[in-house]
Amino acid sequence: MLNKNNNIHNGSLSRSLVNSLGILPVLVVIVILFSVTTNTFLTSNNIVNILRQASINIVLAVGMTLVILTGGIDLSVGSILATTAVIGVMTSLIPSLQWLTIPLPLIAGLLIGLVNGALVAYVGLPPFIATLGTMTTFRGVSYLLPDGTTIINNDLNFAWIGNNYLGPIPWLVVFAFIIVLLAWFLLKKTVLGVRIYAVGGNSQAARLTGINVGSVLLFVYAASGFLCGLGGVMTASRLYSASGLLGNGYELDAIAAVILGGTSVVGGIGSVGGTLIGALIMAVLNNGLTLMNVSFFWQMVIRGIVIILAVTIDKFRTKGST
Amino acid sequence: MEEKGKLILSVQEISKHFPGVQALQQVSLDFRTEEVHVIMGENGAGKSTLMKILAGIYKPDQGKIILDGKEVEIENPVKAQQLGINLISQELNIAGNLTVAENIFMGNEPHKYYLVNREKMNTEAAEALNKLGATFPVTIQAGKLSIAEQQQIEIARSIAHNGKILIMDEPTAALSERETERLFELILTLKKNGMSIIYISHRLAEVGIIADRVSILRDGKYIGTLERENLDNSKIVQMMVGRELTDFYKHDTASKLIPNRLEVKGLTDNKKVKPATFSVSGGEIVALAGLVGSGRTELARLLFGADRKSAGEIYVDGKTCLIESPRDAMKNGIGYVPEDRKLLGLFLQMSGHENITMNVMDKTAKMWILDNQKNSSITKNAIERLNIRIATPKTKALSLSGGNQQKLLLARWLEINPKVLILDEPTRGVDVGAKSEIYKLIGEIAQRGVAVIFISSELPEVVGIAQRVLIMRNGSIVAEIKDKQDMTQENILAYATGVKKAS
Repeated sequence: MLNKNNNIHNGSLSRSLVNSLGILPVLVVIVILFSVTTNTFLTSNNIVNILRQASINIVLAVGMTLVILTGGIDLSVGSILATTAVIGVMTSLIPSLQWLTIPLPLIAGLLIGLVNGALVAYVGLPPFIATLGTMTTFRGVSYLLPDGTTIINNDLNFAWIGNNYLGPIPWLVVFAFIIVLLAWFLLKKTVLGVRIYAVGGNSQAARLTGINVGSVLLFVYAASGFLCGLGGVMTASRLYSASGLLGNGYELDAIAAVILGGTSVVGGIGSVGGTLIGALIMAVLNNGLTLMNVSFFWQMVIRGIVIILAVTIDKFRTKGST
Repeated sequence: MEEKGKLILSVQEISKHFPGVQALQQVSLDFRTEEVHVIMGENGAGKSTLMKILAGIYKPDQGKIILDGKEVEIENPVKAQQLGINLISQELNIAGNLTVAENIFMGNEPHKYYLVNREKMNTEAAEALNKLGATFPVTIQAGKLSIAEQQQIEIARSIAHNGKILIMDEPTAALSERETERLFELILTLKKNGMSIIYISHRLAEVGIIADRVSILRDGKYIGTLERENLDNSKIVQMMVGRELTDFYKHDTASKLIPNRLEVKGLTDNKKVKPATFSVSGGEIVALAGLVGSGRTELARLLFGADRKSAGEIYVDGKTCLIESPRDAMKNGIGYVPEDRKLLGLFLQMSGHENITMNVMDKTAKMWILDNQKNSSITKNAIERLNIRIATPKTKALSLSGGNQQKLLLARWLEINPKVLILDEPTRGVDVGAKSEIYKLIGEIAQRGVAVIFISSELPEVVGIAQRVLIMRNGSIVAEIKDKQDMTQENILAYATGVKKAS
């Protein structure tokens, strides 16, 4: 049944397959490399650890994928994460608002995302500028709300998200997995998904074919903002605390995962499957290099080079197919 | 036979293979000085490939290029320029942010050490432009000039580099009538000054005006050359298509009209379109004729809600339509196939299937989840009905020929069962065979009771398929031709240029 359905939609399926497969060998090679060079890498404990470390970046990168597919960019994800994490922990300190500790950060993320979307879709600002603005604004807000301090709640009522397990799998990983599945479904199975590709591929044609380009744009930025809110909840729950320092540079990690995953920065081409693999590559590198006792500074150098190499290889491999 | 000029360039048995296509197969051609040699052929005939080889963009797999009696290898565009060969492609190679002079000397700036000699650059640029009779200053930003003027910059570039051979790839595609005339005068001047001009074209009408010789390519093969004395349109078409085209414009028409399917009253944007009032019956094919820039496309876009109107009413089947966006127009049964299909119509990176079903996938969907079974049967039917040549429904729109891309768009709009369909230059860049198919399709669409508005710059096709012609000039509808016997190219052109005024 599933097969039959997919058959028709092969245009985008083969597209996602090619793109996600494109970078998969890189992940496999890195995994094999670390498995051989260390004896601590390929253990079930460590694998779970890697997945948990990757989970927040995966959630942010999924939102980033939607935005980049429309030809945009969202630089504000790290700042939204910090702001919403702070909101979550602050709410948890007010006894009467316990039931709002999870919804409030999510709503805040969604609202900030809507601001991004409105600036891009209706004011007509370039996405880079609009989200650069909100990035700075909400970085400020995330410091202002807790008065520049770190707020801590050792009895955080949603700490289970960051520290408990569903069977053998951390809740963080479960959340990330659900988000990936939802986004995959959205992009492959729904009208809105096709329209996201259409707007990214040719926004003028999309408008002339009756697609409401503004609402598609509004949706992707709102979705990204909402997922940042989720990222904020996940981060705060892991740490039992939050501050304006959280999520610094996360936007670049998310963008790196998306690009590694084969999504085109000009929009219209890409998939969440690719992004997932991209995010895993980043996490495996971090973990493996740490296990090999590579210094943090060298890790940065190596990560940068891997991003450039992987995308270069992909570029040459797919040359001629487009 | 009179031999004008001397042999300057010959290509001998040139072959070029691309993955999946033999683009050129043992093509041999001669080019002389003081001549305009027109190369004709359908899309994919190999014209552009051959020109790109001469300009150093591609390398031939086999064959020789002889320039001034010596065999040469043209490894790259810089070498081509050094040899005196310049290519002006359809997409002009102009940097809009640089000045005219800077554009003319791009990559070749007169300099001393690393300092640009601006004075010398400006004087020499002005000299080159003077020879062309161009009237714009060399210090203005190139982006501020019209397409025709930018083209002159490219020609001036070739003059400034002492070019001997000038290749022009469909140079009139984006020009108005008047600009085209100016260009032809310019080409004559260049020719008299000894230049060899290689001119690629689709348009039969212009060939008769400027060609000294016409060579025809088909499927990458050389078919033949006609001298000026023997030029004959039907002969050329036959050579291009490889078979005789009978009933080129043949199409069926609706037996019964639905009166006043579309009524437009005083539609205007207060800028490019002056208040327009007209109506079209269902089943009728009405051509909107006029020179480029006369406001045809602008009127169509207003009607479709793509641009904002300042006043005017639109009625479909007698009901007032509030149209403020293409979505509103679509809801009211109005479809629009835009002029530039790659820029405004297609999703090139998406599949044929997605391109066809784009307008109906939200209607077949349940709770916004795609109904792939229903959609794929829509696609399958459309591909059969419109005879779209596409490997599989998943094939990207990008890899289809112009004619089949156009059919994808037609299919997309037919799926909404339009009451009114506006076709803006539907046969532009479409090869001869597919053109004839599109005319038949337009007939079939009209038979379904659709009011068809057909915008075209090609007068023969206007005369060939329109039942009524509305002629625009300077943003107004200035004349209407109803009688078939008055519907001649001369008449339409006379109204369009203002030589003749409607009584």
